[in-house]
Amino acid sequence: MAVQVAEAPKSAIEPERPSFKPDLERIEIELLLEGIFRHYGFDFRAYAYASVRRRLWKRIEEEGLSSVSALQEQVLHDPGMMEKLLLDLSINVTAMFRDPNFYATFREHVVPLLRTYPFIRIWHAGCSTGEEVYSMAMLLREEGLYDRARIYATDINEVVLQRAKAGIFPLERMQEYTDNYIRAGGKRSFSEYYTAKYGGALFDQSLTKNVVFSQHNLVTDRSFSEFNVILCRNVLIYFDKTLQSKVHGLFYNSLAMFGVLVLGSKETLRFMSHEESYQQIAPPEKIFRKVK
Amino acid sequence: MSAYSIVVIGTSWGGLAALSKLFGALPGDFPIPIAVVQHRSKESERLLPQLLQDVTDLKICEMDDKDPLLPGTVHLAPADYHALIDEGMVTLTVEDPVRFSRPSIDLLFISAADTYRKGTIGIVLTGANEDGSRGLQHLVKRGGFAIVQDPKNAEIPIMPSAAIKAVPSAEVLSLEGIAARLIELTLEPVHTGRRTPR
Repeated sequence: MAVQVAEAPKSAIEPERPSFKPDLERIEIELLLEGIFRHYGFDFRAYAYASVRRRLWKRIEEEGLSSVSALQEQVLHDPGMMEKLLLDLSINVTAMFRDPNFYATFREHVVPLLRTYPFIRIWHAGCSTGEEVYSMAMLLREEGLYDRARIYATDINEVVLQRAKAGIFPLERMQEYTDNYIRAGGKRSFSEYYTAKYGGALFDQSLTKNVVFSQHNLVTDRSFSEFNVILCRNVLIYFDKTLQSKVHGLFYNSLAMFGVLVLGSKETLRFMSHEESYQQIAPPEKIFRKVK
Repeated sequence: MSAYSIVVIGTSWGGLAALSKLFGALPGDFPIPIAVVQHRSKESERLLPQLLQDVTDLKICEMDDKDPLLPGTVHLAPADYHALIDEGMVTLTVEDPVRFSRPSIDLLFISAADTYRKGTIGIVLTGANEDGSRGLQHLVKRGGFAIVQDPKNAEIPIMPSAAIKAVPSAEVLSLEGIAARLIELTLEPVHTGRRTPR
């Protein structure tokens, strides 16, 4: 009898285990993110789950650990591990004139609108190390608009902002950027914008004359002005839909009527707050105009 | 109700011809979503979906971030983004290439298997590198079902050969065989004794 009793629950439980496991991982991940938020103040709780999971596992494997819980122990007790994880969780991949076709479209369809304004306020949200801010500054200068423009370039991460301010980018990427610049409709020679210095390409400092770099957290901070253009490309993809929608509320409230919102080429406004308040200019580029 | 929730497919060189043949043989009402990473250059981006749409009754969609995964639909990963599978949707990232690839087949497979576990079917087709084999290994470890195109009739056998080496238990089939097997697998009701390769 004892044997039967021992066996019965085992076979009854067995089929349920696989469906139980994913939930357990989710619990572990939610606990870790909650712990990070409460202990360190970084809030990744509303980040896109699949990409957070992927980056946590990358760290788990690199540390030779075997579970999210094992990582949690280290992260909560060792600020050094938190720092590593922070770098894993913040993606700072960018490039000058990234998606050249977007810049070409911006020149053609948005610049004429901007010409009608005496003063142009631009918010570049999630600017990372600044490559795309410099790109926009070049474009505006070539279109004769730079002197009446102010670009507010923000990121959550102070370290990348310092690099953006320094304006020194890897020399080895200049060929790629030159190609992008040409395809983006650049009107000069790209090499006029930088000099090889300090082991990198130092960009013309007058490009940042009208740029204000500052820390801003899209998750917790509020609007800080009214803008004619808001650029936020490939930043919201790291958020879940609820947080995306909340940030779109912030953008809507920060954008002047007929202002322009620019998203990454694979981002949409579908199911977002104020979706119906925008009109897409020149598809397939994700350039939207606030019309109501 | 199918025992499976998603099909994930990875391919590179020769992928267009292979995908055309495979999707041409699947019905428009295929019961579960299909997600595909086909390595390609940024420039070729706009051609691929149309070329595939011309030969299949399935709906071909290039993924936007947070697109819902739909039955009867092929969700194509866009050039220059990683595509991850989350519950009922895709999520895109632009983090660094993995094994020189963005999109990465490995990341697609791993994220699908982490989300749908034994409800995942992973397929590696023709290709000129070894992306996909680690992902397929992970997928099988999570209880998913692995299929690899027979390297003998793959345009470039490197990718399928690497996948078979990594997952010897994978079913090795021709493209016609894969289409037939997919229909069979997804017709199977939930509680039959489905074989999981180990």
